[in-house]
Amino acid sequence: MRLKTFPGGIHPHDEKHYSSSAPISNFPTPQRVIIHLSQHIGAPSSPIVQVGDEVLKGQKIAEAAGFVSIPQHASISGKVSKIAKAMHPTGAMSMAIEITSDGLDRSVEFPDDPNYMDLEPQVMKDRIAEAGICGMGGAGFPTIVKLSPPEDKPIDVVVLNGVECEPYLTSDYRLMMERSEDIISGLKLIMKIVKAKKGVIGIEANKMDAIAKMQQLLTKESNLEVVGLKMQYPQGAEKQLIYAATNRKVPAGGLPMAVGVVVQNVGTAVAIYEAIRFQKPLIDRIISVTGSPVVKPMNLKAPIGTLYSDLVEHCGGTREEIGKAISGGPMMGFSLPSLDATMTKGSSGLVLFNQKAAKSLAEHTCLRCARCVDICPMNLLPSMIANAVKYKNLDLAVQAGLNDCIKCGSCAYVCPAQIRLVQYIDTGKIRYAEAQRKK
Amino acid sequence: MKDKYIVSPAPHVHDKSTVKNVMWNVVIALIPALLFAVYYWGLRALILTLTGAIAAVITEAIIQKLRKVPVTVHDGSAFLTGMLLAYNIHVGAPIWLPIVGAVFAIGVGKQVFGGLGNNPVNPALLGRAFLLASWPTQMTAGWVAAKNSAMSGLNNLSRIATNLQELSPKAYELVTGATPLKVAQSLRDTSFVADINAQAGGLNLGGRIFDSLTELATLKSLFWGNIGGCIGEVSAFALLLGAAYLLYRNIIEWRIPLFYIGTVFVLSLIFGGIPGSGSSVMLPFFHIFAGGLMLGAFFMATDYTTTPITKKGRIIFGIGCGLLTIVIRLVGGYPEGVSYSILLMNVFTPLIDKITMPKPFGKVAK
Repeated sequence: MRLKTFPGGIHPHDEKHYSSSAPISNFPTPQRVIIHLSQHIGAPSSPIVQVGDEVLKGQKIAEAAGFVSIPQHASISGKVSKIAKAMHPTGAMSMAIEITSDGLDRSVEFPDDPNYMDLEPQVMKDRIAEAGICGMGGAGFPTIVKLSPPEDKPIDVVVLNGVECEPYLTSDYRLMMERSEDIISGLKLIMKIVKAKKGVIGIEANKMDAIAKMQQLLTKESNLEVVGLKMQYPQGAEKQLIYAATNRKVPAGGLPMAVGVVVQNVGTAVAIYEAIRFQKPLIDRIISVTGSPVVKPMNLKAPIGTLYSDLVEHCGGTREEIGKAISGGPMMGFSLPSLDATMTKGSSGLVLFNQKAAKSLAEHTCLRCARCVDICPMNLLPSMIANAVKYKNLDLAVQAGLNDCIKCGSCAYVCPAQIRLVQYIDTGKIRYAEAQRKK
Repeated sequence: MKDKYIVSPAPHVHDKSTVKNVMWNVVIALIPALLFAVYYWGLRALILTLTGAIAAVITEAIIQKLRKVPVTVHDGSAFLTGMLLAYNIHVGAPIWLPIVGAVFAIGVGKQVFGGLGNNPVNPALLGRAFLLASWPTQMTAGWVAAKNSAMSGLNNLSRIATNLQELSPKAYELVTGATPLKVAQSLRDTSFVADINAQAGGLNLGGRIFDSLTELATLKSLFWGNIGGCIGEVSAFALLLGAAYLLYRNIIEWRIPLFYIGTVFVLSLIFGGIPGSGSSVMLPFFHIFAGGLMLGAFFMATDYTTTPITKKGRIIFGIGCGLLTIVIRLVGGYPEGVSYSILLMNVFTPLIDKITMPKPFGKVAK
């Protein structure tokens, strides 16, 4: 198989060995879950329950607040014990609904629909919207919005993202190994919804067994294909994946539909499959709990809203002192002040670092070595953007590519001067948005 | 609430590269050339180099103390500047020369602008230009010949003429008393050539000497370093060895050296010849191996701070350096043009960056 890739990028150590061989195991029903109202890009969901209400697993507890929004569902049965601010996996505090378990795990019905493959696309979409699905790769864009392209933007290819290019994370890998059929069913359903003729699954070369497994299942499917990809970060970024898998370039500032492509994460594909076939809302997901301090790194199927501290405890706790707790992968994830945050639909991993790995060196003046320029997958000038932001020259920052940055962190990864380039770029993006508002 | 763990912006992993690591690696890459210099010219090459490097380190430390900023000499950048400066001096030079040069390079070339990362032109080259302008005699007189070689690297003088010394004292003085590039430059002067030809009784001596510059024996001398010259001009081979290391370690990038050397190669092929000499296809090899081109292209024109960051800009920078080098060598008043061409192009760096801003991935030209 000829492996494909995109221009630019870096090769961090993948560190997947901690958890890659751990099969998905079920996390036992926790004592309580804290379900965030903002698990996605768009308006936070509006609660439809009150403190004291009894809820069943799978019952809707918050409604979508507009088109670019999603509903939320109880992930365990029990009593609504609190509606208040709680720690989000980004480390910030935001509104969430706390449910205290009744220990009974009573669930609403998830009836099997034998004709699920032949439903009207609109029915499928309704079920996805009702299930509260958003992108599970991290960004969390409401899936229903992505699957509703305007009439004048026909989609011909659906790309499933099985790249998992973030170091440490193995949740998508385990899913591809253990639920390959469901992923393929999900892909077929997405293709039916957007009327695409072709389906592609992109997987990186460090998961050869997943590539082989998918290939084997797709031998008889003429319109479905596995694309093997060279290991290169950030291949899981939408534009980079589309280029690697289909050789199409999404225009700068544009969306994948501009080139007739829709991208969905493999985890999202499974959620779509479950939503359409069983009308099951997105109430659990696979999360990798990994890193050197974790006694027994695992890939857990856990209810949305589970406390990170509960996950770590289930993995046997820690063998050394934690220096950093990262929600998501180490390239783009958020470092948390404590393990009090709870899982959202985008929580693909919880990565713990020991104190040594958590240390970073002091920032040095930019040498202008241009390593960041050489590896930038978006072909920008990261060091120039950062400098322009530092000296409050927003025009220059924009010229150097501020608005095209996907914040993959490759530039900061290779910077010998340890400059926190992504942080400067983030600041720049915020200042730019403020400046636009004032206009 | 107090944070239990370290909270910092992503990414949380790093390739472990540091400024220190980069600088000391360049120093390592310069060591083969130093060994060759010691082999051909003796221990004095090492003494001058260390003197320059240590003077640079001490200067930087003193200035940083005076500026009340952290002393960062352990990062290796001052050591490297001092070393590169010394590489621009020949072994016959007095010991104070690299000291004065290093003080100027670090003081005026670097610290005045705020230190590493802020200087507009290459400090080592600025130091060299200062020395050449202030003490031209010490910078150029008293060249030391390499072991077993005539000064210019034209080893087999009898091949030019069996009795060159008697035939034309002027020609003999030229090939034994100067660097190969000086020989090439002198022979571009038609009245000089007429003089030595007349001394030799109408023999086409000028043409013959010029031809001998591109003979395999001469090119071999240049490649291995069996010639007269500055410490860092010693052996193209030793410098290429260091360059290969830097390319392999991803410390320098290929664009500038390739386009610099490529431009010199092509232009010397077209314009390098003189009348009276069978213009040789080997001339480009003479021009890329002679003088400071290898040192300049791989170790000076790749200096991070003073060269463009854009990929296209680096190509323009390389071509510009090559063009200026050839203009100085073939038309200008100096036999060698590497350092001035890099210094001049350094000045254009901000402009080059400005006009070569890349288009983001997916951006279509309007």
